[in-house]
Amino acid sequence: MDRLGVTLGLGAGALVVAGLWMGLVQAPPDAVQGEVQRIMYLHVPSILTAYLAFTVVLVCSIGYLVRGTRGWDRLAHASAEVGVVFTAITLFTGAIWGKPTWGVWWTWDARLTGTAVLFLVYLGYLMLRSVVEDQDRAGRYAAVVGILGFFDMIFTHMAVKWFRTLHQPSSLERGTIDEAFTLPLAVNLVAFLLLYATFMAGRVRLAALDEAVEARDLGG
Amino acid sequence: MRGRNRQVLIGGLVILASIGYLVWTGTQQALVYFYTPSEIQAREVGRTGRRIRLGGLVVEGSLTHAPDTLTYMFQLTDGGARIPVRFKGIPPDLFKEGTGAIVEGQIGADGVFDADLIMAKHNEEYRPPSGDRPSPQELYRSLIKRERS
Repeated sequence: MDRLGVTLGLGAGALVVAGLWMGLVQAPPDAVQGEVQRIMYLHVPSILTAYLAFTVVLVCSIGYLVRGTRGWDRLAHASAEVGVVFTAITLFTGAIWGKPTWGVWWTWDARLTGTAVLFLVYLGYLMLRSVVEDQDRAGRYAAVVGILGFFDMIFTHMAVKWFRTLHQPSSLERGTIDEAFTLPLAVNLVAFLLLYATFMAGRVRLAALDEAVEARDLGG
Repeated sequence: MRGRNRQVLIGGLVILASIGYLVWTGTQQALVYFYTPSEIQAREVGRTGRRIRLGGLVVEGSLTHAPDTLTYMFQLTDGGARIPVRFKGIPPDLFKEGTGAIVEGQIGADGVFDADLIMAKHNEEYRPPSGDRPSPQELYRSLIKRERS
């Protein structure tokens, strides 16, 4: 890892530890849900980070289709990979949270279904890239998926407003989180965003090295 | 290169349109995740025997539990209609009077909704417990103390 990656990684690690301590130990439990509500400190930051990741995929995919330079494609590819990881964390923590509160691990309401589709679309994005051999062509095809996936992200986020769902509406948008919970949540969010930046720095660098090796192999 | 890009873009737009069409037509029904008591009372949906979801608030004072059984009786309301529900099983912890719940099952011949699944719907408010009740940690500590003495 280069200097930037190490710095980001150390910052992310420190904040993750601080955030977990604040969320799991220091913050009070919830009046209705009790201790289990602490899953929020992982669940909410992970989906917000996934939102950021897929927004970066959208912007870089458009950038690649317009400009056609490798840098855009590398960024989009890396961001999709990291976004899939954070979406998986969201789905797992959501299931663990759902069982003790709702009574079910999973249900097919619009919010949950949309999130599952989101995970599958970007998994498909990564599969498509590995299937198509030609790098530029893979990048262009993937860019189209990367742009389309963004619509599912909007759908998923708005689902709790547009449709009847088991999932409750966004607490952040409605400002219904007590002050005692906001600082721990904010620290965890910043920690996850730094984690995203760390993964991105490493992944983009790795992709660039990959391409350099390939170019040398072809040349030699 | 530019021609290819355009082809990919057009292809993408076609896929987008078809996905949009599929979502719109195919999920019109699925997007109605649960029916309200009013909709069921108006006989718009939920003819007897069809498996559906019903969602509403558990009416205060309506929840009864037959002793020595797992059968719960309660009513769900949306402010207008009230639908009686019968449930056999273990409801989730957050299920109680005055809170939201979604039940899965069918309307029986006697007009009572026979549910085999209760999902507790909680709202988006998060706040610490008010001071008059002991925290789980305090409860736990008092439990251990009692066992030792």
